[in-house]
Amino acid sequence: MRPLTARGGMQPKWVNGRSSKKVVQGFIKPGDRLTAFERLEIYNRQYWFRLKDCFYEDYAGLCSILGNRRFEQLACAYLAKHPSQSYTLRNLGQHLVPFLEAEPKWILPHRQLALDMARLEWAHVEAFDNEARPSLKFDAPSGVDPVQIRLPLQPHLTLLELRYEVDHFLIELKRGAGLRAEASHARGSDNQRSTSQIKRRLQPETTHLAVHRQADGVFYKRLQPAQYRILVALQTGATLEEACVEMMASGLAAADVGTQIKDWFADWAYLGWFCEPLLKSVDI
Amino acid sequence: MPANAFNGFTDYGIGIGLRVPHYDHILSRKPAVDWFEIISENFMVDGGLPLKVLDRILEQYRVVQHGVSIYFGSAEPLNREHLLKLKRLIRRTQTPWLSDHLCWGSVDGRYTHDLLPMPYTFAAAKITARKIREARDFLEVPIAVENVSSYAEFHVSEMTEWEFLTEVVEQADCGILLDVNNIYVSSRNHGFDPREYLNAIPAHRVAQIHIAGHTQYRKYTLDTHDHPVLDPVWKLYQHAISRTGKTATLLEWDARIPSFDEVHNEARKAEKFLPQLETQTIPA
Repeated sequence: MRPLTARGGMQPKWVNGRSSKKVVQGFIKPGDRLTAFERLEIYNRQYWFRLKDCFYEDYAGLCSILGNRRFEQLACAYLAKHPSQSYTLRNLGQHLVPFLEAEPKWILPHRQLALDMARLEWAHVEAFDNEARPSLKFDAPSGVDPVQIRLPLQPHLTLLELRYEVDHFLIELKRGAGLRAEASHARGSDNQRSTSQIKRRLQPETTHLAVHRQADGVFYKRLQPAQYRILVALQTGATLEEACVEMMASGLAAADVGTQIKDWFADWAYLGWFCEPLLKSVDI
Repeated sequence: MPANAFNGFTDYGIGIGLRVPHYDHILSRKPAVDWFEIISENFMVDGGLPLKVLDRILEQYRVVQHGVSIYFGSAEPLNREHLLKLKRLIRRTQTPWLSDHLCWGSVDGRYTHDLLPMPYTFAAAKITARKIREARDFLEVPIAVENVSSYAEFHVSEMTEWEFLTEVVEQADCGILLDVNNIYVSSRNHGFDPREYLNAIPAHRVAQIHIAGHTQYRKYTLDTHDHPVLDPVWKLYQHAISRTGKTATLLEWDARIPSFDEVHNEARKAEKFLPQLETQTIPA
């Protein structure tokens, strides 16, 4: 669907360069109060309003970083390049991160901050309603070397390495939105001021996150770099041994490494992050 | 004809749409409601809160599925992935019938997420009816198609909207979800008599009725679902049930959603028309 004009109307020229009014008259009947062009324009407008609303709902944090005007420009550019190819609007924003990586002009001068936020917000969408497979039972069959075990992670779990602490930013933003919903007389400008203040406070700070679902809520769990590495390795199919080797590369102190790893795995197992593989005969 | 083959021989009363702002009220207060209609696509997910809520609702209430994106009228084949997920949901809800719209909305795998009006041609009716039959055979549940509100008409149309609706449902041997608000909105936009529409359709195929609010603008009427039902629509509803008999009726309220009680009370206004049926029902 072609973008609207700057004044929010349907494009005056058709895709072939002809007058849209004349082209539309060829297939749409005029009414007694609306021309054929105006009738089709209702649908053209509704399309963009609907999709931009949905896009904003998924990426409210990114909008706070860019501001309304630039976010609107980004939304139009993204949706023109990636129109929905799914029966559900849930998947509308699935291509945004690669789109921004390929076309960073839409998020300059906040390239890294905006990319981090887009990654976090898409991870949130995934955590909200992705599948939760049955948690793994740690009863490996005899004869299997435990270090050769592969531990699949839940489909709702996304691991992120970010340059900014955008998790705090997004939590504060959502909290503010919640408060506004409770106090409907609150002014919108107050919110813009507070998000600007949060944005200014944000300094580059490498952050590792696990975005996951627990008891039907979405959580952002901070990870140590070593924890992040071991989980990423497991998520990409490494054996337990390979994941631990990968983790050691992050420089974890060797003295109490065994105890630490045991505690980590106990925590992750408690959270249900390890799940049964799709094909149970494979791996364990 | 309260129960017929097109609504699974059920005798449902007055229902309302299940919407997120009402979840807490419904789950905590357990109000007496005849049945809820869900938007299928909102629950065709792999996990998380939507399905948890749905399961709790299903423990207490009767649920009917209403879809927005099968697009029986699109030229392309049915989306297999969509149907698979829909069937999985049908098994969960045990919906006695399933509805979606008599419209198109996708081209070459790209989705508008809108309910676009069809050209009322015999060729379009044939394709649409075939797709409805295919969907019903696969989903193994009665299907009812809903007339949409529209703002445009095509030069190529060979019949009226009500003739097209009749042609499709007769060829497909399926039910009708009769949206009286949509008939009213379209009658205002296209200048036809809504009673002529109601008098012409095969009343014995009506599985369910929709009522809703709309907004009158200077040049056109928009189907907004953000108001109480207006008097002209109640009058049409009265006329509709005089033809169909007591039929499962659902109030749609999708924007600026007020409290649960306000929505439910609005829906229950439909009850006052039912006692009059004893003496007024016109044979189909």
